[in-house]
Amino acid sequence: MPLETPFHPRTSRLCTSLLWKDWAGHHAVRSYDTSHEREYFAIRHAAGLIDVSPLHKYEIRGPEAGALLAAVLVKDPRRLAVGRVSYLCWCDDDGKVLDDGTVSRLGPEHYRLTSAEPAGAWLERHAHGRRATVEDVSASLAALALQGPASREILRRACDADVDALRFFRVVPARLGGAAIHLSRTGYTGDLGYEVWCASDDALAVWDAIVAAGAPFRLEPAGLDALDVTRVEAGFILNGVDYFPAQRCPIASRKSSPFEIGLGWTVQLEREPFVGQAALRRERATGSARALVGLDVEWDTLERLFDRVGLPLHLPTTAWRGAVPLYSDRGRQVGRATSGAWSPLLKRNLALASVEAAHAAPGSRLLIEATVEFRRERVPATVVPTPFFDPPRKKG
Amino acid sequence: MASERIRPARSRYDAVIVGGGHNGLVCAAYLARAGRRVLVLERRHVVGGAAVSEQLHPGFTFSVCSYVVSLFRPHIIRELELARHGLAIVPLDCSFTPLPDGRSLTRWGDPHRTRDEIARFSRRDADVYPEFGLTLGRLARFAKNLIDAPAPDPLSLDPREWLALLRLGRAARALEPDLRYLNLKLLTMSAVDFLDAWFESDVLKAPMSVSGIIGTFLGVRSPGTAYVLLHHYMGEIDGAFRAWGFAQGGTGSVSRAIAAAATAHGAEIMTGAEVGRVRVQRGRATGVVLAGGDEIGARVVISAVDPHRTFLRLVEPQHLDPDFLRRIRRFKMRGSSGKVNLALDRLPEFRCRPGDEHLRGDVAIAPGIDYLERAYDQAKYGDFSERPYINVVIPSLVDPTVAPPGKHVLSAFVQYAPYAIKEGPEHWPERREAFGDAVVDTLAEYCPTLASSILFRQVLTPWDLEQEFGLTEGNIFHGELGLDQLLFLRPAAGWARYRTPLRGLWLCASGAHPGGGVMGGPGELAARALLATRAV
Repeated sequence: MPLETPFHPRTSRLCTSLLWKDWAGHHAVRSYDTSHEREYFAIRHAAGLIDVSPLHKYEIRGPEAGALLAAVLVKDPRRLAVGRVSYLCWCDDDGKVLDDGTVSRLGPEHYRLTSAEPAGAWLERHAHGRRATVEDVSASLAALALQGPASREILRRACDADVDALRFFRVVPARLGGAAIHLSRTGYTGDLGYEVWCASDDALAVWDAIVAAGAPFRLEPAGLDALDVTRVEAGFILNGVDYFPAQRCPIASRKSSPFEIGLGWTVQLEREPFVGQAALRRERATGSARALVGLDVEWDTLERLFDRVGLPLHLPTTAWRGAVPLYSDRGRQVGRATSGAWSPLLKRNLALASVEAAHAAPGSRLLIEATVEFRRERVPATVVPTPFFDPPRKKG
Repeated sequence: MASERIRPARSRYDAVIVGGGHNGLVCAAYLARAGRRVLVLERRHVVGGAAVSEQLHPGFTFSVCSYVVSLFRPHIIRELELARHGLAIVPLDCSFTPLPDGRSLTRWGDPHRTRDEIARFSRRDADVYPEFGLTLGRLARFAKNLIDAPAPDPLSLDPREWLALLRLGRAARALEPDLRYLNLKLLTMSAVDFLDAWFESDVLKAPMSVSGIIGTFLGVRSPGTAYVLLHHYMGEIDGAFRAWGFAQGGTGSVSRAIAAAATAHGAEIMTGAEVGRVRVQRGRATGVVLAGGDEIGARVVISAVDPHRTFLRLVEPQHLDPDFLRRIRRFKMRGSSGKVNLALDRLPEFRCRPGDEHLRGDVAIAPGIDYLERAYDQAKYGDFSERPYINVVIPSLVDPTVAPPGKHVLSAFVQYAPYAIKEGPEHWPERREAFGDAVVDTLAEYCPTLASSILFRQVLTPWDLEQEFGLTEGNIFHGELGLDQLLFLRPAAGWARYRTPLRGLWLCASGAHPGGGVMGGPGELAARALLATRAV
C-alpha cells in the first residue's frame, strides 16, 4: 500500500475527485477536481500548491560532505556558495544517468539532495572512508511547491523571509506558520515559484498558513496532472518517462548519458575524478548518438486528418507519456517522442523527444506518429528550442 | 509593452491602419511580419479600442468594454506567439443562473455535474443536453469553415468566389443530411424556437437563448436569432480548445500582447493620434490626414473602425458611389447594450447559492424567456430595460492581478440599453445614473448586500461607447450580427473581402467578415487578403 504524505489530512479532504496516483510509494493527487484545468490555470495565472513530499531527500553533512557529493555528482557542489541551489544529475561508471535532482548548500558542511529514485545506497557506497554522513530525510522532511505568478506575494505575507531578495535557485531558512522552514526559489513548472521544505511534524501548520495567505490571491491546491502539463511547457524532463535511470535498464541501449538527455550543461568535466568522468570525457570527444529536443507538432495537418473523417481536432487535455515513434522525412525511424501535452497557453501541441543527433538541430523536420480515428498517421513536427514557455517572471 | 510613438518615424508607409483596436493590431502584426512598413494610429491614449484594460479606481483593473475573450482564433495566438508577448487566457469555468425564487442553475465544464443541475429542473432536458452539445459541435465544425476564411458570395459571377463556394459546398456535403436541414432552419428560426425543439425547461432555455441576442437589437423570439446563437456557441464548443475566457490582466492584455508582437515585427503604433480623414487623390486613398493637420502617406489605408465611421465620417462622400453609401447607411449599427463596472469591497453573495465556486465563470441574469422578452419590449419603445438581461463576470476570482487582495471587480454587460432612447441619444448622459441604478437594483434582487460593497461604479451607455470608444451608435460589434449583415453581406454585398469601392482603402475590423467579438479573425483575414492580392 502506498504511504500517506504529511499533507494527506489536508489533500485527502480536498481531493473530491478521488483521482490519485502512486508517486514513489506515496498517495499523490492527480487532480482535485474531475479535470485538472482549473489547477493548471491557477499555476499559470495565480498560484498552485503542490505536495511534492514523495521526492527522495538526503542531508549530507560533515567536513567532507562536499567532497563526497563532488565525487558522485556531475557537478562540484563545493563551488556553490551557501544558500545556492543547483540542478544536476549523476551517473554510473559508464557515464549513464542514474537520476536528476537538485542540490542545495544549506551550510558550509551541509547539503541537501533531492532525487526521483532512492539514492541513499549509492551515496553511502561512495561515502566510505569520508568524514561525511548521509541521512535519508525523505519521510521526516515534507515539501510543498508553491508555483505561479502570485507565489511571491503569498510568501511575502506568509513567511518572514526577505522573499523579494530571494533570487532564482537560492535557498534561505525562514519561519512560516510558526515552523522553521527552508524556502527555495525552485520548481518544476518553469514559472515564478518556490518550494517550502519543513519538518513533517509541521506540515499541516505550514499548509494552513500558505493556504490562508493564498486565499486572496486565488491560490489553488494542484495535482500532478496540472504539474505535468506545466513541466512539458517548461521543457523539463522526467526520470522514468523521458529517460530511464541506468540502474533499472535491462539493456544498455535504453540508458542515456547526460549529453543525450539535454543535461550536458550540468556536467563539469575538468576537475577531480568523479563517477562516470572518463566515460563522459570520451563521449564529449566523440560526440553523442542522440539528443533530447523539443517538438512542435504541426497543427494544420493534424486538423486535416481529423477533418477527413468528419471530426473536429481533439487532443487529450492531460499530458501523455507513452513513447511515440518519430521518422525522418524519408520514413526511417530516427527517434521517439517521450512525452508531450497540448499547451492551452501557447495553443501548441508540444512534445519532448529523443532523436538521432543528425536530426536534433532546431528547425529539423520530422514526422511523428499520431492515431486518428483508430488509424496510424504521420504528422509533421519541427524541432524547436526549449523551454517552450519561459516567462520573464521565472527569473525576474 | 509596446513602444508607442509620439510622432511617426517616417512620412510614408506601406500601410496606415486607422484605429488601434485588437483587429487593427492583428492586421498590423501580420503585415509587419510579412515585412511591410506599418503604422497604427489610435485616437485614445491607450491601444485596444474596446478590448482595453484601464485602472479606473486605484488598484482595480477593469476590462472596460469587452469583458470575455470569445472565439479568439488559436492559430493567431500561435502564429503571432502571443503567449511569449504576455497573453494568457483562463477559460470560464461555468455559467451560473440565479433565480429570484431562490433556486439556481449552474452549467459546469464537467458534464456529469451539469446533468445533475439540469435534472433538478427537467430530467428530460438533462438527458438531451449532451446530445444538443454534440449536434452544435458538429454544426460548428462546418461553421468553422465560414469563420476562418473569407466569406464567398453565392450571387457573384467571379470564378474565384465559385471555387470558395465549392470548397464550402464540399464541407456542407460532408455534413449528414439531418444537419444540412438543421443548418438551413437555423438561418430563419428564433433562438427560442430552436431551443424549444430540444428542451422544455424555461430555466435552462433562458440563459442559453441570450447568445442569440447579444449585440443585436432583437429579442430572443425574433427570427434569425438562432443563427446568432450558433455563431456565439462556437467558442464554447471548441472542444479541448475552449476559447471563452478571461485574459490575465483584463481584456486589454490581449491588445497589449498583439501590440507587442506587432512592434516586435517592426510595426509602429501611435496613440493620441486621431485621424481626421482619409486622403484621396485621383480616386485613390493615398494616406490619412490627422486631426491636427499632419499628413501621412501610405500605399494602402486600412480602417479598423466601424463601416459607418469609415465611409460616412473619414471619407468625403464625393469619393464614394452614392449607391454604396446608401447601403452603408442602411447597415444597422443600433447598439443595444451598456456596461456597468463595479469595484467591490468584498465578494457578492448570491442569496440562492452561497460560496464562490459557481461565480468563476459568468453569471447570467436571465431568469426566464418572458423576462428577456419583456426586457426587449421596453427597448423597442425607446427605453432601457428596467429589469435587463445582465451578464456578470468577476474576473478577480480567477485573476488576482486585477484587484487588491480580497477585493473584486465586477463587470456587468447589460442589454437592453438602446442607443436611440426616446429622448434622443444625446440625452443618455442625463439617464446614465438611472440606468446604472436599474442594473444595481436588478442585481440586488439576487445579492442584497451588493450595493453596500460598491467602492466605485462606472456606467457606460451606448452613447458613451460611441463618444469615448468611437463605436457608432454604441454597437459593440461594429454593426449588428444579424443574418442580413453577416458573411458575404458584411458590410455590404460585393464588398465582403476587406477591399472597399475606394481603391487603396481596406477594412480589417469587426464590421467585416467574420464579425465581432475579440476573435482577431477580421484583422488576420484582411492582412492575408492584402498580401495575397499584393495590394501592399
